[in-house]
Amino acid sequence: MVMPDGLPLDEISRLLVWTAVAIYALAFIAYAIDLGRRSDIAIQQKDAAKQRELVGAVAGISASGSTARGGSLDEMRAEQQAAKAELEAPLARRTRYLWARIGTSLTVLGFLFHVAGDVLRGVASGRVPWSNMYEFALTGTMLIVAVYLVVLFKYDLRFLGTFITGLVVVLLGGTVIWFYTAVVPLSDPLKSVWLVIHVFVASLATALFALAFALSVLQLMQTRRERLAIAALSASDEAVAAAPRRRGLRFLRTLPAGDVLEALAYRFTIIGFIFWTFTLIAGSIWANDAWGRYWGFDTKEVWTFVIWVLYAGYIHARATRGWRGTRSAWLSIVGFAAVMFNFTIVNLFFKGLHVYSGLN
Amino acid sequence: MSNSRSDGTGTSDPLRPADHADAATPAAAIAQPQLGVIGWLRWGWRQLTSMRTALVLLLLLAIAAIPGSIVPQRTADPNGVLQYKTDNPGLFPILDGLQLFDVYSSVWFSAIYILLFISLIGCVIPRTKHHFNALRARPPRTPARMSRLDDHAEAERIVAPGQDAEAAAVAAVELAQAQLRKAGYRVERYDTAATAKRPATASVSAERGYARETGNLVFHAALVGVLISVGVGGGLTYTGQTVIVEGDSFVNSLGLGYTSFNPGRFVDTNALPPYSLTLDSFDVNYVPVGEAGQGQAGDFAANLTTREPGHDPQQRTVRVNHPIDMAGDRVYLMGNGYAPTITVRNPAGDVVLHEDVEFLPQGATMTSLGVIKIPDGLSQQVGLVGFFYPTAAKLHSGALTSAYPSLANPLLTLDVYTGDLGIDDGTPRNVYALDVSGMTQLTGRKIDVPSLELAPGQTVDLPNGLGTITFDDATASGAREQVKRYVSLSIHRDVGAPWVLGFAIVALTGLLAALFIPRRRMWVKATPGDGVVHLEYAGLARGEDPAIAVAVADLVRDHGAAMDAAGTAGSAGEAVAASEGRAGGPGRS
Repeated sequence: MVMPDGLPLDEISRLLVWTAVAIYALAFIAYAIDLGRRSDIAIQQKDAAKQRELVGAVAGISASGSTARGGSLDEMRAEQQAAKAELEAPLARRTRYLWARIGTSLTVLGFLFHVAGDVLRGVASGRVPWSNMYEFALTGTMLIVAVYLVVLFKYDLRFLGTFITGLVVVLLGGTVIWFYTAVVPLSDPLKSVWLVIHVFVASLATALFALAFALSVLQLMQTRRERLAIAALSASDEAVAAAPRRRGLRFLRTLPAGDVLEALAYRFTIIGFIFWTFTLIAGSIWANDAWGRYWGFDTKEVWTFVIWVLYAGYIHARATRGWRGTRSAWLSIVGFAAVMFNFTIVNLFFKGLHVYSGLN
Repeated sequence: MSNSRSDGTGTSDPLRPADHADAATPAAAIAQPQLGVIGWLRWGWRQLTSMRTALVLLLLLAIAAIPGSIVPQRTADPNGVLQYKTDNPGLFPILDGLQLFDVYSSVWFSAIYILLFISLIGCVIPRTKHHFNALRARPPRTPARMSRLDDHAEAERIVAPGQDAEAAAVAAVELAQAQLRKAGYRVERYDTAATAKRPATASVSAERGYARETGNLVFHAALVGVLISVGVGGGLTYTGQTVIVEGDSFVNSLGLGYTSFNPGRFVDTNALPPYSLTLDSFDVNYVPVGEAGQGQAGDFAANLTTREPGHDPQQRTVRVNHPIDMAGDRVYLMGNGYAPTITVRNPAGDVVLHEDVEFLPQGATMTSLGVIKIPDGLSQQVGLVGFFYPTAAKLHSGALTSAYPSLANPLLTLDVYTGDLGIDDGTPRNVYALDVSGMTQLTGRKIDVPSLELAPGQTVDLPNGLGTITFDDATASGAREQVKRYVSLSIHRDVGAPWVLGFAIVALTGLLAALFIPRRRMWVKATPGDGVVHLEYAGLARGEDPAIAVAVADLVRDHGAAMDAAGTAGSAGEAVAASEGRAGGPGRS
């Protein structure tokens, strides 16, 4: 299929995807600047609030004893409460972080190019654009961004913007450079309605696991910060007691508490887990039609199973005393690492029946 | 194993293992009595059915499954195992001793999943009993001090002049009761009579989301169902392979039809369903030269005539992804290739061999390798190893190759060996391989004698006056192409598969319920006062429930609206802000 000006659709698709990568890279930078600046903004806001508080004190209302020992811990809790409220704030009432807004706008723009590139690839090949590794990465990363943007309507997760855009730039950029494959007709085993369902749902699950992974990482950082703050509080030295505000990355001050991040990560994971379970079942139905058995411990099957078991473990860990919190967060991280391993290393280097990468 | 929770509601439901995050924290340093044998067994059982053990076993299962994706497995990739043995002769026996080539049937892998399932069953059975009772129980008593609950709100409504506050309180609770029942709650009234110290109160206790625990139990039970279906189904399953050349037939009988057959333990191989399959033709499309993916094969279709006793013959087509059903067996198209028709005559001109010889494709352009064995009829035993090129082309080196998979320029080359074929003593030999160790090569590159080269319809002399060999043009005998094609079919009976699928779907449904249906309790209590009714609302989440606070707020709002509409207790009520007791602090984690 060739456009009037002679440029094949697939070439245009590639150009669009490259543009998307570039815009995502800019979004990544904007989000990174936001992370660097948002703690300053938060401090300014607090100063302004304090100013009001002082005015109130003059008017006869006693200001809380913020100079007392433990003040820094209370301060941290108050910050986290505010951050939690902000996390769940409706779109209109969110803090107007300039650079985060630039980042989100760029992400939306990049996403539009990404969708256009993906759709055009589908048109060029005359089928769903996820039947080899290049196309799968194209669609998979598109879904990661889509899920992120959709979730933004409900939760202000713009602090995950650097992670999401960074991940997509690496995966999508790498894909276009190393995994590009020209359009060729679909091989017979892939001619199935399950290609549409199985692969699409697997990508959706991956997107949700990615968000949960990022939240789990932040949860660990935030929990560490909280732990240090409490440890500092129990130390007798006043100077140490004042220290927690300098512990950990500064943008953590604008994030909700560890257990709030954990609850959110859990919610994404269980939706992802449902999708993954469905992927497993749909894959088995397809395998039964294509290969004559529903399960055969093919390498890809093994890894899909391993990932399923890891996330099942995560869900159990969340309900096991002593495992909730940090340990379950590590399981979420390991789970996503396995997802990425399954997508990259297993696809490229492991021998098996899922040889659809289209690469030699 | 009851673990009463001190949550002010008096019951422990759903029942959870002692180390479940929702279960009560055990009192520190319990003085353990001396344990007898029974005591230790009980202790061991409790350990096995604990959450922590289940979790550790899950993680072990994940880790134990990994080696099977790194080391080739006998079930999935038997040739890979043989290759591994050749490549790593030193390492092979060690890994084989560790059952690393049979990971998924190994002792250690089995031990993990069997323990996991015992742990699962040990956990699920008492919970099922408990839940069965809970399903028939009434919602628990309204807590005395509802303000102690995390999600709690209060409101005060002024009673209209001339109206009895006590009656207004009852009416308010009745409204709440109707409202909660409509929202799917199971409701129970707990009104208390007036005492000397306290006025009479009306209250409704409501609970919903029993399906959460039901779903949880169904999910786990369905996993057991999957395992049993796989285990029992495996014993009743058989898998066989066969090869049919165009025009030939397959008969579903162990002795006649199959090239290989793997029955499960309980399969009666003498009672296979009787049917036959005839390959009328095989269709395939190749991407034309010059287009992207040139030579790529697709649209494979084996056109069969199927015969079953009591049925008329039927024309059916087997495609990839579309197996056909034959008397409960599923017939899959697994491969295809060319089967040149060969005729060998002795010097006197008598036919000593006439057959379609299946050549195994060696790549996408269908360069195919085949073996012909002539044990009788010639002066010596003769073996022929040949290549078939559907579109023969010469490489720069002078060697032949196939440039395209269809029959554009078919050519057969044969190397001739004489000597002992090694089949006289009855030793079973692979028909697709020739053991040349005891034989003398007469043609071929190795000995610098040109191989025999034949196009369809041609006849050449075998060396040393052994006789002649003809590459028959199959169109002469009515075939569509010069060279016949063959298909390899795989025939499966898997009675367990539908059960596995059924249980998997049940498991998924259960999982949806277990993860997304909130189990929560709600209480509304109305206490009549001096011209006012004091209303209290509280909610208690049983397990993960991110929306409990919203649910309580909604209840307060809807109840207020309902009362306004009914005009039961005046209209000047004002809800006192819910005391959000959920300060998310690091102390909680």
